[in-house]
Amino acid sequence: MTLAELPLVLMLVGLTAYAVLGGADFGAAFWQLGARGEQGGALRQHAYRAMGPVWEANHVWLIFVLVICWTAYPEVFASIFSTLTVPLFIAAIGIILRGTAYAIHAGTAREIERRAVDRIFSISSVLTPFALGTVVGAIAFGRVPVGNAQGDLVSSWLNASSFVIGFLAVATGAYVAAVYLAGDGARAGREDLASAFRIRALGAGVITGAIALVALLVVHSDDGRVGERLLEWPAISAVASSAAAGLLTLELTRRSRFEVARYSASAAVAFVILGWALAQRPELLPGLTVVEAAAGRTVLLATVVGVAIGALVLIPSLALLFGLVLRGRFDEDAGDTDGLASTSQRRPTRISLLTLAVGAGAVGLLLTLIFDGGALLGFGIVGLFAFVGLASIAIVSEATSSFEQ
Amino acid sequence: MSWLLLTATPFTPVDQEYLFEARQMQALSFAVHIPIVCFGIAFPAFVLLLEGMWLRTGDPLYRTIAKRWSKVMLALFAVGVVTGTILSFELGLLWPNFMATFGEVFGLGFTLEAFSFFVEAIFIAIYVYGWDRLSPRAHFLSGIPVVVAGFTGSLMVITVNAWMNNPTGFTLEGGRVSDVRPLEALFGNDYLWHELVHMYLAGFIVAGFLTAAVYAFAWLRGCRDRYQRVALVVPLTVAALAAPVQIVVGDWAARSVAREQPTKLAAFEGLHETEEGAPVHLGGWYDGDEIGYGIPLPRLLSLLAFHDPSARVEGLEEVPAADRPPVNVVRVAFQTMVGIGFFLAGISAIYLFVWLRRKRLPRSSWFYRAIVAAGPLSVVALIAGWVTTEVGRQPWVVYGHMRTEEAVTGASGIPVGYATLVIVYACLLAAIVWILRRLARAPLEIQSGPSGVAPLAAGAVPSDAEEQR
Repeated sequence: MTLAELPLVLMLVGLTAYAVLGGADFGAAFWQLGARGEQGGALRQHAYRAMGPVWEANHVWLIFVLVICWTAYPEVFASIFSTLTVPLFIAAIGIILRGTAYAIHAGTAREIERRAVDRIFSISSVLTPFALGTVVGAIAFGRVPVGNAQGDLVSSWLNASSFVIGFLAVATGAYVAAVYLAGDGARAGREDLASAFRIRALGAGVITGAIALVALLVVHSDDGRVGERLLEWPAISAVASSAAAGLLTLELTRRSRFEVARYSASAAVAFVILGWALAQRPELLPGLTVVEAAAGRTVLLATVVGVAIGALVLIPSLALLFGLVLRGRFDEDAGDTDGLASTSQRRPTRISLLTLAVGAGAVGLLLTLIFDGGALLGFGIVGLFAFVGLASIAIVSEATSSFEQ
Repeated sequence: MSWLLLTATPFTPVDQEYLFEARQMQALSFAVHIPIVCFGIAFPAFVLLLEGMWLRTGDPLYRTIAKRWSKVMLALFAVGVVTGTILSFELGLLWPNFMATFGEVFGLGFTLEAFSFFVEAIFIAIYVYGWDRLSPRAHFLSGIPVVVAGFTGSLMVITVNAWMNNPTGFTLEGGRVSDVRPLEALFGNDYLWHELVHMYLAGFIVAGFLTAAVYAFAWLRGCRDRYQRVALVVPLTVAALAAPVQIVVGDWAARSVAREQPTKLAAFEGLHETEEGAPVHLGGWYDGDEIGYGIPLPRLLSLLAFHDPSARVEGLEEVPAADRPPVNVVRVAFQTMVGIGFFLAGISAIYLFVWLRRKRLPRSSWFYRAIVAAGPLSVVALIAGWVTTEVGRQPWVVYGHMRTEEAVTGASGIPVGYATLVIVYACLLAAIVWILRRLARAPLEIQSGPSGVAPLAAGAVPSDAEEQR
């Protein structure tokens, strides 16, 4: 692997995370679509609860993939977005509707409101992965030429191969989500929810497998190179691994071993993406290899180092969040922690805080007005910020504790 | 990359009939996103300030407000995630040539921004879902990364905008960049710092005055108990301290613009001819040669731009007409921003003066009416400020290197996309207003936290329905 390929590997990792975690969010909303009646209400609530704490973070993965793409392979990004304008715009609208519905569902009070918001949420949650799936299909089957809107705006994605990938994206999300939700239900001690999602997981697993088989057939008859190479070494190993992980997940789900099934289901998705990457290598777009598309060496190095530094912060943070969620700390009946152990009633000398603030502000004002740049201007700005921060604390703590009028 | 260097770049400028619509679409998406960003910057700090006061005093009222506001914070963050995603989509959907040519120069800024975004998303979830479930100290600490990420996120996005206005760190040959130095492009740019500080402060001013406006409105309607008072004082104090500071920062920003983008500065005033001791005209209209009907303030532009009343200021005539921004748009936006900025600083001064001298809030209902007006006005100033800098950058997308018309997509259907986005964003705004009103009406429970100090006496609790609106 060369430096030129390293950002692509990072993108594939991000895409896998988005397909698994974001896909599970989309899938959870898919299950809300058909849920009716009293049990349906419980299913819908369960899906929202499971998504709650991780929703935002899961969808940042998409942004992560996009920004690496436009930094490391700018012409690829520009070609894809200008040719596949239509499905990407549909996905964008789906993302807006979905995010809005998610943000406001907590405020729904009456059944009719809840139903309307849930419906928008579910429909946009099917539309978005479908549209993104057709984009993946169009890239994989070589329908995005290099250049500004050089491909056909319609036929590039409105075709059997792209559609079958779109269906696969929706089905995969539903499958993974059902496995996760069954696991969350079992952990929360809700056997009814666990068994409801166990059945859905089994059904979705079989259907996803069937779509995957159809996809292989359709893709094989497509003109593109990827279809043939999917069934050649080395891509075939990833395809076979994906199938094996999918079957293993079915068996684990049947035995209600949901916590292990979580990981095998994720692996099945990861192997599909790996298979695609291996089959398409070394071209990103027709006639444009990864090495040709890559940005300059300095940029690639800066990107990889930047991601590495970011990962040092991201990985422990994600581990903390998922640890809290998977250990059930955010579940509704999770035990309360100890309250405020000791509240000191000390009253710090606020006048001195305010004096300090004014002093910092005066120095800051002077330096900012005099200097046009350099360290002294920097000190001036820090002084002004210190003024706002310290004076806020000083004034707020006094103004809110005194009780007059 | 060798064969590409031999052939012409496939990203040559196209003839796009709907360039104006494409620009409007980008501007609309930005105008929806940026006020939400202000809440991402400032709200976590407000909430932590309140929680910190609860930890120190044990007064459950602070915790109640912090908890309620944190729910608003989460809902607005969710909307911010999607509106931000749309902006990143539009960079490719609308401006592929810009991205293809320059993506590698500024991309690192967005890569680092993605990590800020991750950290913000992760800890905002831990914070909001962690009430009652984490120890008070751990909970407070989980909020700190949200505040930090709000700052680093602004920093990274502004590095890119500052680079577009003052591009450095690359060599451009035959429509291709080479010798890219991303760190120099993003962080070695002295345009970055004033833009960053100006925007970061604006976040506190907008979020502060908008939140204060809600409680000032309730105050006018007679809800004046302690809950209202605390909820008014916290955002108002921060905004009132930030607003006067913003004027000093704005002065610094104007000096930087005068140095790096003289044409933009000339557009602020509509200064046609290069002059020594250039004036500022309040109001009026630029007719292509001069300002008609404005009130002249002699030498003020030279004084503001260079801190020297007789300094030479370059006029619009220095560049060909095709390289000038739409002067009146920039000029009106600039004067709107500055005018509102002084209004906000004025009411801030009244508030701070009354508090320092009398240790109480102002009593005149006109003060509260002014605060109610200040909320929406601060948003107008925010957007006017961005219009000033971004329309002032025109006709360039990368100042001096690539024109906006060279950046646009060759795809058709921009008007359809624009119309769709207008409808969807209208629904989004309606939905935000709806959810905020719903969250505001939720019954108020003053809780001390898990292991409870006794709730406040019933009399101290405002009635639920009137709590905000």
